[in-house]
Amino acid sequence: MDNIKNAHSKEKTPVSPSTDMAGAGVIAVKVDDLTVAYNYKPVLWDIDLEIPEGVLMAIVGPNGAGKSTLIKAILGILKPIAGSVTIYGKPYHKQRSHVAYVPQKGSVDWDFPTVALDVVMMGTYGSLGWIKRPGVKEKKAALEALEKVGMLPFKDRQISQLSGGQQQRIFLARALVQDASIYFMDEPFQGVDATTEIAIINILKELRKAGKTVVVVHHDLQTVPEYFDWVTFLNVKKIATGPVKDIFNDDNLTKTYGINYKVSVQK
Amino acid sequence: MSNAQFEIQLIASLVAIACAIPGTFLVLRKMAMISDAISHSILPGLVVGFFITQDLNSPLLILLAALTGVITVILVERIQKTGLVKEDTAIGLVFPALFSIGVIMIAKNANDVHLDVDAVLLGELAFAPFDRLTIGGTDIGPKSLWVIGIILLTTIALLIAFFKELKVSTFDAGLSASLGFSPVVIHYGLMTMASITTVGAFDAVGAILVVALMIAPAACAYLLTTDLKKMLGLAIFFGVFGAISGYWVAHWLDASIAGSIATMLGVVFFLVYLFAPSKGLIAVMYREKRQRIEVLLLTFLLHLKNHSEVEERHVNHLNEHINWQKVKSKTVLDLALKNNMILINNKIVSLTEKGDEFTSQAIDYIITNEDAQIEDMKKHFFLFRG
Repeated sequence: MDNIKNAHSKEKTPVSPSTDMAGAGVIAVKVDDLTVAYNYKPVLWDIDLEIPEGVLMAIVGPNGAGKSTLIKAILGILKPIAGSVTIYGKPYHKQRSHVAYVPQKGSVDWDFPTVALDVVMMGTYGSLGWIKRPGVKEKKAALEALEKVGMLPFKDRQISQLSGGQQQRIFLARALVQDASIYFMDEPFQGVDATTEIAIINILKELRKAGKTVVVVHHDLQTVPEYFDWVTFLNVKKIATGPVKDIFNDDNLTKTYGINYKVSVQK
Repeated sequence: MSNAQFEIQLIASLVAIACAIPGTFLVLRKMAMISDAISHSILPGLVVGFFITQDLNSPLLILLAALTGVITVILVERIQKTGLVKEDTAIGLVFPALFSIGVIMIAKNANDVHLDVDAVLLGELAFAPFDRLTIGGTDIGPKSLWVIGIILLTTIALLIAFFKELKVSTFDAGLSASLGFSPVVIHYGLMTMASITTVGAFDAVGAILVVALMIAPAACAYLLTTDLKKMLGLAIFFGVFGAISGYWVAHWLDASIAGSIATMLGVVFFLVYLFAPSKGLIAVMYREKRQRIEVLLLTFLLHLKNHSEVEERHVNHLNEHINWQKVKSKTVLDLALKNNMILINNKIVSLTEKGDEFTSQAIDYIITNEDAQIEDMKKHFFLFRG
């Protein structure tokens, strides 16, 4: 992960989409016949999905399409009514140490009495297990992660005193400190400033270069070809999944969003 | 101070500490009302336990009553999950029902049960020293002291062991679940402990005061710190302070100890609410006033920056040009002078170098909305604090 240290650059020109393809057929995440329901109403219906190792993948779809639900079901936070999920061929609860999760920023109470460094330290709790407390090693890892996202000067700042973009970087640092193989991020670009968005996407691209798999719930269709190399269209059912250059087209967008969609997609 | 007086204060203090610890997490989880529900609905469990054991301090009675507390939490969650009513409605449905069952049970068996509703609501702390625990003929102190002491030690041991898990699941349940710390297990663990503490404290301080001891100290602490450990420490401090000062107020007024403790906690919270350094009412009002003036200051500086003409910058004409009243203009001028942002020469106002730089920075910030630039300004001006 050392090569992502300089990822936080203020360079405004976005990096062009990587042309190197996903790893040689290794499947990082496999979802089979997954159905999830809230109060007996299915929000995800019979999803089959394979996420190859080493891709930077966007999950796109309209509001209520079940994007966050898909991530939560993969991570075992929600219990599906049918189907199964494997991470590198094994169930999630056996592979926790390989997976990092960045929830939506709005899902937590930022008035919680704690500081930035402490939130990042929470990323180390998984490897510690129950009861054991974080020590010097964990603190060092957390400081390094803060450095990577350019938030080291804010380590002792109360989290409610951080801007939306800074809070998102703290969440990203917390995922980085887990040093996982697969990263799931729920709308990391929501409510952040342009600088933070570029900083985050650069870090994600560095993660991909380091061979990690990154899955991002994403809203801004315009930036999909620029940021990602893999995409999944989702609207309760899976519409399509594959390389952005092959499947990110008006046909799939129309199928997903239900209206006659015309975005001019630069390839 | 007699031995009995000392014992009452010791029991009250231990109860306060035992309540402040789960109370802190209940407040942070926005579940303060659930402690109210638990404290009332354990009554039927308490009565049934008393029928069986004939002893208010028996461990079996405490466990039975605590079980009713956990059942309350489950019932509230079940009702809430139907989506038909909100959480507060569900709480309002569950605990009066359970509490009234307890009241009827007491009334129906009034002759056999040495329990009355007054004691349940307000406790009998004053009588606690008379119910002694003896082992082999030796008096080893009041029973309630032992009960609450054991509960407190358990609470502290659990807090130390699971502090990290409690913190992460309270702050971010999603992350906690993905890391393998089941928020459901931690939630019910906390609820069980809160129920046991409530029952243990119930006998000493009654149903109403238990709620006051769980919520008020934690709420005070929440207004004073941004560190979870310090919040726990402060909550404990306020709880013990309320317990001891309440005892002496009761002594002085010859009134109910439980009522006086709850009143003191209310008074303490009111004072903290007014005077807390950053979140208190006065601090907030002061800050808002400062912010208003600072916005005016910036408006004024922008005016100076935009107008090089002398007539636009004459002290006496400022009122007309920016359309402010005299008092307002004077406040703003004074603030600008105090910060060395303007010079007044022959009644003509001009920006100093510092004022000019500040204005440029501020404009830059307003246009780009970039956080990095503002960090320096934040240190000096309330105006730009998030």
